[in-house]
Amino acid sequence: MTETPPLWASESFWKKTAIWVTAGSFLILVVLTFDSLSQTTAGSKRVPGYAVINKKIDYRFDKSVNKFMPVIGEDEPLFGQALSEEDAKGLVDLGKKTVQSKNCMNCHTLLGNGAYYAPDLTKAWLDQGWVSPELREDLMIKFLMDPEKNARTFGSNRKMPNLKITEPEAKGIVAFLKWMSSIDTNGFPYNFKTIEAEE
Amino acid sequence: MSTGGLTAVIQNASGCLDKARNQWQKFNTWLELDSSHLSPGRQLSVKYFTVAVILFFAQILFGLLAATQFLAPGFLYEILDFSVNRMVHINAMVVWMLYGFIGCVYWLLEEESGTEIVGLKLGNIAFWVLTAAVTVVVLVYLLVQIGPGKDSSLWLINEGREYIEAPRWADIGIVVVILIFFYNVVATFSKGKWSGIAGVLTLDLVALAGLYVAGMFYMTNITHDQYWWWWVIHLWVEATWEVLVGVIMAWSLMKLLGVKRKIVEIWLYIEVALMFGSGILGLGHHYFWIGTPEYWLTIGGFFSALEPIPLVAMVVHALYDAGTHSFKNSNHPAVAWIIAQAFGNFFGAGVWGFMHTLPQINLYTHGTQWSASHGHLAFFGAYATINIAFFYLAIQHWRGNVWMGGGMANNWRWKWALGLLNAGVLGMTIALLIAGYEQSFIERAVGGSTWGGYFDAQNHPAFVSAMAWRLFFGLVTAAGFVLLVWDLMTIGKTETRKAQVIE
Repeated sequence: MTETPPLWASESFWKKTAIWVTAGSFLILVVLTFDSLSQTTAGSKRVPGYAVINKKIDYRFDKSVNKFMPVIGEDEPLFGQALSEEDAKGLVDLGKKTVQSKNCMNCHTLLGNGAYYAPDLTKAWLDQGWVSPELREDLMIKFLMDPEKNARTFGSNRKMPNLKITEPEAKGIVAFLKWMSSIDTNGFPYNFKTIEAEE
Repeated sequence: MSTGGLTAVIQNASGCLDKARNQWQKFNTWLELDSSHLSPGRQLSVKYFTVAVILFFAQILFGLLAATQFLAPGFLYEILDFSVNRMVHINAMVVWMLYGFIGCVYWLLEEESGTEIVGLKLGNIAFWVLTAAVTVVVLVYLLVQIGPGKDSSLWLINEGREYIEAPRWADIGIVVVILIFFYNVVATFSKGKWSGIAGVLTLDLVALAGLYVAGMFYMTNITHDQYWWWWVIHLWVEATWEVLVGVIMAWSLMKLLGVKRKIVEIWLYIEVALMFGSGILGLGHHYFWIGTPEYWLTIGGFFSALEPIPLVAMVVHALYDAGTHSFKNSNHPAVAWIIAQAFGNFFGAGVWGFMHTLPQINLYTHGTQWSASHGHLAFFGAYATINIAFFYLAIQHWRGNVWMGGGMANNWRWKWALGLLNAGVLGMTIALLIAGYEQSFIERAVGGSTWGGYFDAQNHPAFVSAMAWRLFFGLVTAAGFVLLVWDLMTIGKTETRKAQVIE
């Protein structure tokens, strides 16, 4: 064959296309990354500051945006003690580190990511399984510190193992879960009925 | 303890060591592999392949343990909990695939560059360092498992972030080893000759190594944490790994089928354009529900819907090339696994990914067994297959480039291994898909994703039977693996004919 191939079938055309498409896509990603990170720093509209754990949090369907949205309400300090933003951050940080050190993500999902052997933790703070807002904190701490004795298996026989979580760590985890439940997750999970919902 | 007792213990131990050494020698004699058939670079490559096979075994073993726990939650409770088994299952997978890829690249490096590997000694040291580090990490996973909620736990035990759980010290080690590997690739091509394949490979490795660093930071803010975490996971698995496989595939099609270089390189560029063009912004499908802005619903949905296109291109490419060469090739098992790769990649990564990638559906399927279904078929189809193809290529040359075509002794073994492994993984995929559908309806749509809803779905007979089927097909996969290893150790042993020459 002596004919030269048309442009669209030539090596140099596709080589250049590959380079430009890759560089262009990556550039857009970098720009969007800057924007996304700034829109989601703790203290932004989408991701509230850590002191949100001093407030009542709920999750309800918002007709105006047609999705479920976190609702931040009146004062409701965690463990009855209002914390400064800095102290709240410290507590949530301890919780987050504990969640990582105990490998929670290889049974549970967080924001829907992880393993599927145990329930999603995105809105765990708001789950009706904690019976009532008054009993919740105490039940959570007891469960985290001795999950075998306080097992919540929902008829499944699956029990969380004892992960030797200390009381400060358990409090940190609860703070982390409460804070996480306030994040605007674009309506995920859908149709979630919270512990605050009236039947 | 008396001196006499101590001497007895030492004698006993040395006796055991001698016995083990004898057994090992016997095993080696039985294997009849002659490393002098391989260049020094390829001797390094088969070391990587050997560890890859061992880790593949670990993946299957710990997968079976975790699958059993879905049916019998008391099994190994507080000894090897689900979290531990599942972590070793997925980590062994990631690492054996990386070992496989590094092995593949070392395999093709000398032939493609036309010269010997520049830093062979360094490459060998890196191999042993990496293997020692992987061993320590796995032992810590199994024996220490968890730590207190402190930085030291993240540095020494477990980072607790799915897929990249390796503690920080190991992260740093991995980066160093990958840099040595990268140096070897670039320096060898620079000394020898560059090609289209070499160029794509080099740029892809830059991205692959660089992206890993994005996963090496601790952040309190979980939205930011998961944002960067996905940079590593997605941009590895759905972008740079796919391109790496494109490179390996391109090279192997030339060698196995005799496809012209010009054709595979044009295809490779097309694949890179399509893969990165869809995959980089396709990252957005992981940013639907983690707190990131709403525009990701549109961007992620649109670009990830395009992600199957390059995979279709790869099927067309592989099949068309195989067809135009009338399937005449120098290694039947390797080509069969390459065809399995083309289809497995398309169905597992492409179709199964597309099925739940649009946000309107993903709202209900996110975080259910749908993802596990997709994960099983995609990782196996896209990555396990191509590595297995190279295992066959390696063993062929290790035995002195023997015949691996029709009329081989014990031909049934590789065919049954291929059949069992594919049937096993496909069976698990379907079982997990059924479980995922059931979860999406009962837990998500009806139950509203509460803990009550979650367990309603987990206790449902449809879910339980799906988990039983998954375990059954896991055992089928394991049987396929045993046969595969047996075949790899024996294939071509009695063969005296030389490999078919492909023009």
